[in-house]
Amino acid sequence: MRPLALAPALAAALIASPALAATIEVTIDKLVFSPASVQAKVGDTIEWTNIDILAHTATVKGGWDVMIPAKSKGKVTLTAAGAVDYFCRFHPNMKGHIEVAP
Amino acid sequence: MFMRPTAALAALLFIGAAPLALAAEKPTDPQIAHIAYTAGTIDIEAAKLAIKKSKNKEIIDFAKDMERDHAAVNKQALDLVKKLKVTPEDNDTSKALAKAAKEERAKLAKLQGAAFDKAYIENEVAYHKQVDSALETLLIPSATNAELKSLLETGLKIFQGHEQHAEHVAGMLK
Repeated sequence: MRPLALAPALAAALIASPALAATIEVTIDKLVFSPASVQAKVGDTIEWTNIDILAHTATVKGGWDVMIPAKSKGKVTLTAAGAVDYFCRFHPNMKGHIEVAP
Repeated sequence: MFMRPTAALAALLFIGAAPLALAAEKPTDPQIAHIAYTAGTIDIEAAKLAIKKSKNKEIIDFAKDMERDHAAVNKQALDLVKKLKVTPEDNDTSKALAKAAKEERAKLAKLQGAAFDKAYIENEVAYHKQVDSALETLLIPSATNAELKSLLETGLKIFQGHEQHAEHVAGMLK
């Protein structure tokens, strides 16, 4: 009986998480995150495309830290719900915001 | 005493900027390229000194940011002048900048600890203000090549960020 009971839950989990996960694009141009604020769900990936000639980071105080080299990309998969403010460690006046829905 | 390096630099930069204020003496593209490159090199040299001398993490991190960014911009500038087949041309503004920077470095080299940190970061605030103002009012409007103008505009955005960053670090030291 137990494997049978688990099957629907497993199927639901497979459908719910990877299949619906989205990639949200954020561009970095002339030291600006654009859009500066995005909405996402747990499991989604944020992908930054840095078109600047400078290296940047997307960093959350006490959280994740993504290196985004010049003319390159960086990404993070969101694992927790809630609002996060991130910034660039190299240029602390660059700021971004993500609303993460459960 | 901490104001002295800043004031001295401001005065020297003013001397450098004065002849350029005349509309008849707008710098040419080869001169603008030289001025921009020189200004970047100066900040890299100052950053190297700070990385070597300072024990303050904020100062060292800031200096590393300056070294990394100005090196990236200068590399871009070199690539551009090569592409445009322009030879950067030395000029009075570049010379005044280099002279002021040499004197500033000599002053900073004599300071230690917190006194060095404070003088370095205050000079960084003043220096970026001067460079940003020169870019905005003189270098960008004078540039005739569109790609050079665009690179200067990108530089201005970057250096305005540096100015704010320097002000933030200076505020933390107080």
